[in-house]
Amino acid sequence: MTQRTEFIQGNEVCVNAALYAGLDFFAGYPITPSSEIAETMAKQLPRIGGKFLQMEDEISSICSIIGASLTGHKVMTATSGPGFSLMQETLGFAVMAEIPCVIVDVQRGGPSTGLPTHGSQGDVYQARWGTHGDHAIIALTASNHQDLFSMTVEAFNMAETYRTPVILLMDEITGHTREPVNLPEQGEIPIIGRLRTSVPEGVDYHPYLPREDGRLPMSDFGGKHRYNVTGLYHDMWGFPTTDPNVIHGLIHHLMDKIENHAHEITRYREYYLDDAHTVLISYGCSARTALHVVNSRRRRGEKLGLLELQSLWPFPAELVRAKCAHAHYILVVEMNMGQVVHEVKKAVHEPERVYLANRVDGEFITPTDVRGIMRLIHGRGV
Amino acid sequence: MSRHRLIFAGSGGQGVITAAIILAEAAVLFEGQNAVQSQSYGAAARGGISRSDVIISDAPIHFPKVNQPNTLICLTQEAYNKFNSVIRPGGILITDTHYVSLDTRAEARIYHLPLYTSVMQEIGKPVVFNICVLGALQAITGLVRLDSLHQILKKRIPSRFLDINERALQLGAELGKNTEVQTH
Repeated sequence: MTQRTEFIQGNEVCVNAALYAGLDFFAGYPITPSSEIAETMAKQLPRIGGKFLQMEDEISSICSIIGASLTGHKVMTATSGPGFSLMQETLGFAVMAEIPCVIVDVQRGGPSTGLPTHGSQGDVYQARWGTHGDHAIIALTASNHQDLFSMTVEAFNMAETYRTPVILLMDEITGHTREPVNLPEQGEIPIIGRLRTSVPEGVDYHPYLPREDGRLPMSDFGGKHRYNVTGLYHDMWGFPTTDPNVIHGLIHHLMDKIENHAHEITRYREYYLDDAHTVLISYGCSARTALHVVNSRRRRGEKLGLLELQSLWPFPAELVRAKCAHAHYILVVEMNMGQVVHEVKKAVHEPERVYLANRVDGEFITPTDVRGIMRLIHGRGV
Repeated sequence: MSRHRLIFAGSGGQGVITAAIILAEAAVLFEGQNAVQSQSYGAAARGGISRSDVIISDAPIHFPKVNQPNTLICLTQEAYNKFNSVIRPGGILITDTHYVSLDTRAEARIYHLPLYTSVMQEIGKPVVFNICVLGALQAITGLVRLDSLHQILKKRIPSRFLDINERALQLGAELGKNTEVQTH
């Protein structure tokens, strides 16, 4: 096993991992703090015969990748909050039409144009509910470059496995920070390719007829088979329908194919949870601060542990409930006004033991911030 | 566990962030160390305070920002005024005589060096000022070997500009080596 160590930004790690996963089509519109993804992609993708398109905006960016995915490409776009807002309608189309794609949101302070050059984790709920209507979604995140590499590859794998858009929630801090990353050799991390239909040309192909295992083999659009793709409720040929039975079946299929596999999708890391009295729950950049606090308190003999979530949607409620079962109290560390903390409160048996440690002024949440909030919880003032 | 925290501060366009990246990359690729480099951006590309934080350690680094640097590099008066109070007591402060006049007393080992003036006299290109700073930093702290910085310069800098960068690095290293510590 020969690995290559690079000292690069998180945004560049994301590009390297996407190419590793087999990405061959990227369309995007640069926006801080995600711009290095488009910039690096523009340099690297043409060298391997892939296509890079700089579009006129974020709406056309996501439309392009959806079209390219339908024709058989592995695709991604990258943006930040304002661009992610523009993508929401078409994200819903990709959910409904079941089109594999990866959407990277390098979070910055919001709402609106907010704080372009400062970190935030304010888009967690937007990833879940930004597009309208009942639906399920997958959102992954990472706190360090090595995990970011594997989560980016996982995002592509899950997009293909579940025929769905997958959102990779990065943030300004992980996106811009440089640290070492070992770039794995091909084959070290499994890559899941497109599941294509074995139905021969000229035979009736049903693009929306799930197999026994729930997966739907695809046929490259414009290739061997003619079929329809729509954002309307549709039958197994992809044509619009108002048949209540078909509608009922489709919405349940869209939910179940993800929610019923939550245990397979769940990704996390845990530190010192076995005997922890205080459980910190965090993700993305904030998990770096949380881990710093846990390590330093452990050295003093205090029983702190960390559950670092790497998949946020579907929310790993069972995991959180199990890991927090013996906690005296639970502290959710995140850089927003409280998003994951609400999911944790819903998941655990005693929500009154769940507290929020946050920071929303554009500055990266510090170990001192978290320790101060822990003092308050213990009634020791600041 | 050894851990060294640095803040590079100056004005946008001076190359402070590039200098920080080169140092951290040298530590990782040629010294077997762990390093993290981060920066704070304003919305503008030029002017305003530009700051980059570097932590070099032989252990994992989780929190990437620096609150109390062991070494503080200030390349403008504004940066000096803003940051000189955060330096760890007994830490190292590196400033430039052209850009900064020392008017407060930090409890630090102070290297107030004619880096910019020397670059202009010896090389005549202000663009390599940041690399000269890096040379001085190397000589003063010994955080990485001079050769490791050379290797990164070779990797990152187009060959037609390599010569003036290497001269600037060497110049900085000599200035750092030959300067007595001023203790205030």
